[in-house]
Amino acid sequence: MSVPESKPSDLLSSYNPGLYFDELFGAMDLPAEHTALIRQRLAALDFDELRRRAQDAERELYNLGITFIVYSDKDAVDRILPFDVIPRVISAPEWKHLEAGVTQRVAALNLFLHDIYHDQKILKDGVIPRDLVEGNHNFRPQMIGLDVPFNTYIHIMGTDLVRDRHGTFRVLEDNGRVPSGVSYVVENRHMMQRVFPDLMQDIGIRPVDNYGHKLLDAMMEIAPVDDPQVVLLSPGTYNSAYFEHIFLAREMGVPLVEGRDLVVENDRVFMKTTNGLAPVHSIYRRLDDAFLDPKAFNPDSLLGVPGILEAYRKGNVALANAIGTGVADDKAVYCYVPRMIKYYLDQDPIIPNVDTRICREADALQYTLDNLADLVVKPVGEAGGYGITIGPRASKAELEDCRAKLLADPSNYISQPVVDLSVCPTVCDDAIEPRHVDLRPFAITGKSTWVLPGGLSRVALKKGTLIVNSSQGGGSKDTWVLEGGAA
Amino acid sequence: MNLLSRYAECIFWMARYMERAENLARILDVHETFARDTRGATNWFSIVQLNADEKDFFSRHDRPTAEAVIHYYMFDGQNQNSLLSMLRMARENARTLRPWISTEMWTQINVFHNKLLEMSVKDVAAQNLSKVCTWIKEECQTHTGITEGTFYRDQGWYFYQMGKYIERADQTTRLLDIKYHTLLPSPAEVGSTLDVSQWTTVLRCTAGYHAFRRVYPRGMSPTTVAGFMLFNEGFPRSVVMCVRQIDGVLTRMRSRYDLRGGSAAMERVDELLAALLSRPIDAVLRDGLHEYLDWIQLQLSVVTTEIAQAFFGVQPPLAVQSQSQ
Repeated sequence: MSVPESKPSDLLSSYNPGLYFDELFGAMDLPAEHTALIRQRLAALDFDELRRRAQDAERELYNLGITFIVYSDKDAVDRILPFDVIPRVISAPEWKHLEAGVTQRVAALNLFLHDIYHDQKILKDGVIPRDLVEGNHNFRPQMIGLDVPFNTYIHIMGTDLVRDRHGTFRVLEDNGRVPSGVSYVVENRHMMQRVFPDLMQDIGIRPVDNYGHKLLDAMMEIAPVDDPQVVLLSPGTYNSAYFEHIFLAREMGVPLVEGRDLVVENDRVFMKTTNGLAPVHSIYRRLDDAFLDPKAFNPDSLLGVPGILEAYRKGNVALANAIGTGVADDKAVYCYVPRMIKYYLDQDPIIPNVDTRICREADALQYTLDNLADLVVKPVGEAGGYGITIGPRASKAELEDCRAKLLADPSNYISQPVVDLSVCPTVCDDAIEPRHVDLRPFAITGKSTWVLPGGLSRVALKKGTLIVNSSQGGGSKDTWVLEGGAA
Repeated sequence: MNLLSRYAECIFWMARYMERAENLARILDVHETFARDTRGATNWFSIVQLNADEKDFFSRHDRPTAEAVIHYYMFDGQNQNSLLSMLRMARENARTLRPWISTEMWTQINVFHNKLLEMSVKDVAAQNLSKVCTWIKEECQTHTGITEGTFYRDQGWYFYQMGKYIERADQTTRLLDIKYHTLLPSPAEVGSTLDVSQWTTVLRCTAGYHAFRRVYPRGMSPTTVAGFMLFNEGFPRSVVMCVRQIDGVLTRMRSRYDLRGGSAAMERVDELLAALLSRPIDAVLRDGLHEYLDWIQLQLSVVTTEIAQAFFGVQPPLAVQSQSQ
């Protein structure tokens, strides 16, 4: 594809997104007017200069320790999330649509969680199979009948979106337990401001640096007292997302605690300070349910706080996210979210799902087995891109292995068509090339929902690959939501 | 306003490890100078003795050659007393403290650690050691400067200073002890050219030579040098000066933040200071400098234990607990 306003010798002249929808150029028949100025500036840059600035940026990320930890057999290695300096741009109307779609989805999932832990109308009405909910290993009977402030369960939500060949955004996955990645959104923006002020000048990009402030507001809204002590509970320095825990604690100005810093006495939570025990009222926990309270859940957990569930049940402490949200971001329950939206809100989904088949259903399993080579098969319980089989890219042996696993435990799997993820120009070794991207917007909900403009754009840096997860060699980009006005 | 016990502990130890790293660089520098004089490679062994690392060292090395000792104290990650281990510990603490300390403090320690990781013993061929030690000292001093200029002044700052001064006092006693281990001169050698040059080196390694000269314009004896390093009221690395700082910091912190704990630590520090001030240097040397230095080290370690029990949530041993109840 050629760019009309570019000279043949410029940096983007040989760029070709092929059949995919391009985030910077738009589709062939849908030229992206809103990115014209950005493309013009990019095209005028020198490639070596671009590479040099990109390397400076990555060096700085490493020095600042904006890293995650990768565990191999015996080593723990600090890695940066590779950062690509070419931004992903979202127009004002596009964002308005996404913001409304994410807000709608959060509302439906919160209504769903309240329902399944109270009257279970949706199960009684047969909209969602009961065993899918109650048999889910993330369903927490301890939550039944418990009221939470504003009926909000998912205070922090990360919604994974992809864009298909036609430019339509679709929800790929909901993350309603402990979604991560927001620190990169803010740090990437800081990095761009340092490395590419000339590219950003006068574009009108919506800011992202008030996330911590919004999060703290929500944590205070849900606390049981006025002027609460808020803390962030982390599994500790060995957790791969530890940088993000630091980042968020710092942005909120609250202590970053570990389980061993907290103690429960008389169903109240305290932290151990140099002057004895001090009360804690609101906890942003970055710890899965299973590890939260060894008395109630996994008794082997050394990371949690014994007795915290009871303190929570008594209303003496707020937890975000609430306990038991995992049932809402289950990959099998995901398939029912459009019907959930209809059921609770009487609306059509603003952002559609990717067409998904639930292999626990006999005809879906048969379809999946018959079309294995064309489908993506995902285990429902895994995160981080593990255990996925992408049919068209799998070897014969891999397909047979997948078939065997499906037959052995069909209800552990869903299947989807391969989505032709959109691409974005990305700085590669010798040139700017198209690479696949996704988008994870973050929504914060206390009394009401606020969506951070943009979100994390992850990019699959390996040529041709569709998996953008950081644990699988993905990187990230700054995401620019353009300010309103003419679009 | 509240400071987590765990943070207080991390701050205290981050300060100690950075101070310790600086002093190890100073000690290695002294040794290089000594080794170059007359006694050759045998001198490298005294640093192993100094740290009581003989057993661990010989489990991995046959002989205390210059290269083996330098590797052992700079890059051996298995050796808890190596620079790399100290920096790793300082960095681990700093990493835990990142929500608390300034980004500049963290970044400097992180980059320092990463640079050290990339080096090897080949980069520190003996003739290069002094240069590398200077670099390490400067990095540690950069840390000190950044901390002074950016660390928010609340409770954490007090724990930082306590850690720093306890470590510095301890390290000064160790540096003095090198002289004891390296060359316990026969009475005939006292005051000889070699003896004087070695005392000078000890002073230079603590950056104390010029200050010493200002106090004692002529001559140099074990009495004056040891007395200066132990008891001088103006020398920032003297033991008395450090213990006075610990005393002041602990007192101010407890009153300013209304902290209930720490009275036992307070008493220990007061006792130590009183003891230091009451003993003339001649008496110290007559009864044995080495034993005296050992005693100071023990007292500092007890102070550390008392601080840990008062503020870090470390449980006292059962016997002590039942005694106090």
